[in-house]
Amino acid sequence: MAEAPLLEIEDLTLSFGGLKALDGVSFAVPPGVVKAVIGPNGAGKTTLFHLISGFLTPDRGRIVFRGEEIQGRPAHAIASRGIARTFQLVQLFDHMTVLENVMVGRHRLSRAGLLAGALHLPWTRREEAAIREQAYGALELVGLSSRAAQPAGFLPLGLKRLLEIARALASEPTLLLLDEPASGLDQAETERLGELILTLKARGLTLLLVEHDMSLTMEVADEIAVLNYGRLIAEGPPRAIQRHPEVIAAYLGPDWQG
Amino acid sequence: MASEIFVAVLQYLISGLTNGAIYALIALGFGIIFNATHIINFAQGEFVMLGALCAISLYQVFPSLPAAFLGATLLVTLLGLLFERLALRPVQDRSPLTLIIITVGGAVLLKGLAMLWWGKEAYNLPPFTGATPLHLGPATILPQNLWVLGVAALLVAGLEAFFRLTLTGKAMRACAYNPVAARLAGIPAMRMVQLSFGLSAALGAAGGILIAPLTLGVYDMGTMLGLKGFSAAILGGLGSSLGGVLGGLVLGVAESLASGLISSGYRDAVAFFILLLALFLRPQGLLGGKG
Amino acid sequence: MRRLTPFAPWALFALLLAVLPVALRNDYHLSLLNFIGLHTILVVGLNLLMGYAGQISLGHAAFFGVGAYTSGILTATYGVNPWLALAAGLALAAGLAVLIGIPALKLRGYYLAMATLGFGVIVYIFFVQAQGLTGGPSGLSGIPALSLPGFTFHTPLRLYGLIWTATLGILALSAGLVDSRLGRALRALHDSEMAAESLGIHTQRLKLLIFVWSALYASLAGSLYAHTLNFIAPSSFDIMFSIKLVTMVVVGGMASIWGSLLGAGVLTLLPELLVVFHDFEVVIFGGVLMVVMIFLPRGLVRGLLDLWEYRHFRREGRTGG
Repeated sequence: MAEAPLLEIEDLTLSFGGLKALDGVSFAVPPGVVKAVIGPNGAGKTTLFHLISGFLTPDRGRIVFRGEEIQGRPAHAIASRGIARTFQLVQLFDHMTVLENVMVGRHRLSRAGLLAGALHLPWTRREEAAIREQAYGALELVGLSSRAAQPAGFLPLGLKRLLEIARALASEPTLLLLDEPASGLDQAETERLGELILTLKARGLTLLLVEHDMSLTMEVADEIAVLNYGRLIAEGPPRAIQRHPEVIAAYLGPDWQG
Repeated sequence: MASEIFVAVLQYLISGLTNGAIYALIALGFGIIFNATHIINFAQGEFVMLGALCAISLYQVFPSLPAAFLGATLLVTLLGLLFERLALRPVQDRSPLTLIIITVGGAVLLKGLAMLWWGKEAYNLPPFTGATPLHLGPATILPQNLWVLGVAALLVAGLEAFFRLTLTGKAMRACAYNPVAARLAGIPAMRMVQLSFGLSAALGAAGGILIAPLTLGVYDMGTMLGLKGFSAAILGGLGSSLGGVLGGLVLGVAESLASGLISSGYRDAVAFFILLLALFLRPQGLLGGKG
Repeated sequence: MRRLTPFAPWALFALLLAVLPVALRNDYHLSLLNFIGLHTILVVGLNLLMGYAGQISLGHAAFFGVGAYTSGILTATYGVNPWLALAAGLALAAGLAVLIGIPALKLRGYYLAMATLGFGVIVYIFFVQAQGLTGGPSGLSGIPALSLPGFTFHTPLRLYGLIWTATLGILALSAGLVDSRLGRALRALHDSEMAAESLGIHTQRLKLLIFVWSALYASLAGSLYAHTLNFIAPSSFDIMFSIKLVTMVVVGGMASIWGSLLGAGVLTLLPELLVVFHDFEVVIFGGVLMVVMIFLPRGLVRGLLDLWEYRHFRREGRTGG
C-alpha cells in the first residue's frame, strides 16, 4: 500500500461560464485497481475525463500521472504517455473496418512516416504486419476477431463499445479511462463487459471507470469516488459507499428514509 | 498640398462608405441565414447580382425605377426560397463540407445561368434621381451615393425593428439563440429557415439594385461582392446585426483608402487580407458574434 | 477500403498508357490526355486533403499557379535550368502552404473554407498585378521546354511520356500513402478527430503535413503545365479553377485514388466534347456539384460503392451476433 499512485488529482476546478463543473476535486488512483467514478447526471464525471485526457484545461488544480504533471497538455501528448480512453458517445472510425480501427490504436507505438509509408519500404511492411497482428490480438481479447473486415459503422452498439475498448487497448496504455461503457448495453452484454474489465485488471491494467450501472460498478470496482455538483462527496470501497448517507441523499433525495 | 490630400481622403471616404453599405447588406444576409441554420450561404453574392440584372431587365420592359426595384427584389426573394427548397432541404448529410460544396455549386450554377441569359456584357441602370453631382464641402457626391446610404440605413433599421418588435422577428432570434427551446416552444423551424433565406435574398437583391447605377450590372459581379460581404460579416462578427454594419463600413472604407492611397491594382486584395487577419486573429469578429 | 492488390491493376494501367499513344497517333488527342494527366495530379492531391483528411480547400489553384509561375519566371526570364526551377517551385509552394496552413488549419468548416478561398484570391490578384514579374493579365510566354541531355520534351508525344510517368508515379505513391500508417491516421482524422487525438495522433501536425503534401503535387502539376504550354496566364489559376478541381474530386469520389483519375478524366473531357455547348460549362459544373453533393455526399464513385457496401453488410449484420 505504500506504492505511489498512478494518477493523482489535486484540487481540480473548472467552470463553464457561471457553472462550476468541477470544484476542488482531489483523489488518487493506485496502480492495478479498478476505480469507479459515480454520481448523478451533471455531476462532472465526463468533464473529469476530458480534463485527464487533455481535451479540457482546468482553471485550477493539478493532474499528476506517474509523477508528471499533465494538466493542460494537448490530448495527443497525454495519449502518448500511456493514457487511453473511450467516449460516452462512441467515437469510432465508421468508414474504416473493425480491424483498421484497432490498427489506428497502434499509431503511437509505430514509426512509419509519410514518405517511407507511401513507398512501402521493407521495414514499414514489417511494421504493418506487426501492427496487424497486434490489432488482431486486441480484437480476440474482446471477442470481435470474427468481424475484423466489417465496416465499423454497421456494428450494433454493444459491439461498437467493445471495439472502442479494443482500439484503446491496442495503444498499450497504463491507464484506461472508460466513459459509461455499459450505456445502452443489455444484461448479457454488460456481464461480458464486466468480465472483460476484470480480465484487463488481472493483466495489470489500471482502470478508471465512469458508470451509471450500479450492479456492474459494485461488481468490478475496488474503489469508488462519488461526485455531486462537481464536488467529491465520498470515496472508498463499494460496501462503504453503498451505505454512505451523503451518497444516498445525492441519488435519492435528502428526505429518503432508508 | 494637405488640402488636396484631405479632399482626396474625403472622396475615398464617400465611395468607401457607399461600397461599405452594400457590403453591410450582404453581411447581414449571411448573418441571418447563419443564425437560422448555421450554414454559410456561398450563393449570397449571386442574389446581389441577380437583383441588379433583374432590375435592369424589368426597367427595360417597363421604365419605372420603383417598379423595377420592387419587382426585382420580389423575384430574387422567390429565388432564394426556391434555392432553400431545392438545394438545402433534401440534403442527406449536413456536414459543413457537404453544405459548403452545395452552396458553392449553387453559386456557380446561378452565375452560369445568368451568363446564359444576360451574356457577358455590362448593363446600365439609370441612377435613381439623376447624375448631377452635389457638393459636400470640397468633395463631390453623387445622388446615387446618398440613395445607397439612405436606403441601406432604412433597410437595416427596418430589419432591426422586425427582429425586436414583431413576433416573427423575435421567433427568429429565439431560434438563433436556442434552437431546441425554440422548437419546444412551438416555433416552426422550417418556416424560420425559409424566412431567413427569403430575407437574405431580398437584402442581397436590394444591395445589387442600389449599386448597379454606380458599378454596372454584369453576370460575374456577384462573386467578389459575396466574398467581400462575407469578409465584412466575419470582421464585424458573424450573426450580429451591428457587427455586419460595422464590418461592412470598415471594410468599404479600408478598401477605398488603401486603393486610393497605396495601390489601386490590389484593391480587391484588401478585403481578403482583412478576412484572413480576422479569421486568424479574431474569428469571432470585432463585436464577438456567436461561437 | 479495399486492400489494393499489389501489382495487377498497376501493370495493366501502365500497359494501357503505353499502348494508347500508338493507337491514337493524333496530337490533339494526346494533348487532351496530357491535360487529364496534369489534372489527375492536382485532383489526387486535393483528394488526399479533402476526401481522406476531410479538410476543405477552395484555393488549391493558388499552388498550381505558384508552381507554374515559379517555373515560368525562372526559366523564361532568368534562364534557370527548368529542373531546378521545378524544385524551386516545390519549395516555394511548400513554404507558402506552411505559412497559410498553420493558422488556417486551426479553423474548421466554413472558416477554413473561407480562409483557403481568401488565400487563393490573394495569390490570383498577385499574379495579375505583379506585371513586371508575371506579365500580368496577358500572361507569360517564351517558357522553354523541359529537357534531358540530348532529349527535349517539346512534342505532345514526348510530353505524354513525361507527364504520364509523373502521373503514374503520383497515383502509386498516393495509393501507397493511403494504405499505410499515416493513411490510416488521415482517415481516422476525418471520421473522428477527437478519437484520433485520444490515440496519440497529433492532428494539427497531420493536417499541415497533408496540406503541404497536396500543395507539392499541385506545384509539380503547375511546373509541368508551364513547360507543356510554354505560356501561362492568371486566368488559369482563378477561383473558378479551384472550384473545378473540387468538382473533379466530388465526381470522382472522395477518398478514392482511382476516383481522382476518373473525375479528372471526365471533367477535362466534358468541356472538349461539349465544345458546342461551351457556354454551358459553368452551369454544368455548378449543377454537377450540387446534385452529387445533395444525394451522394461522398462523391459519385465512393457514394455508389457505399450503397453497395451498405446493402451487403446490412444483410450480414442482421444474421450476425
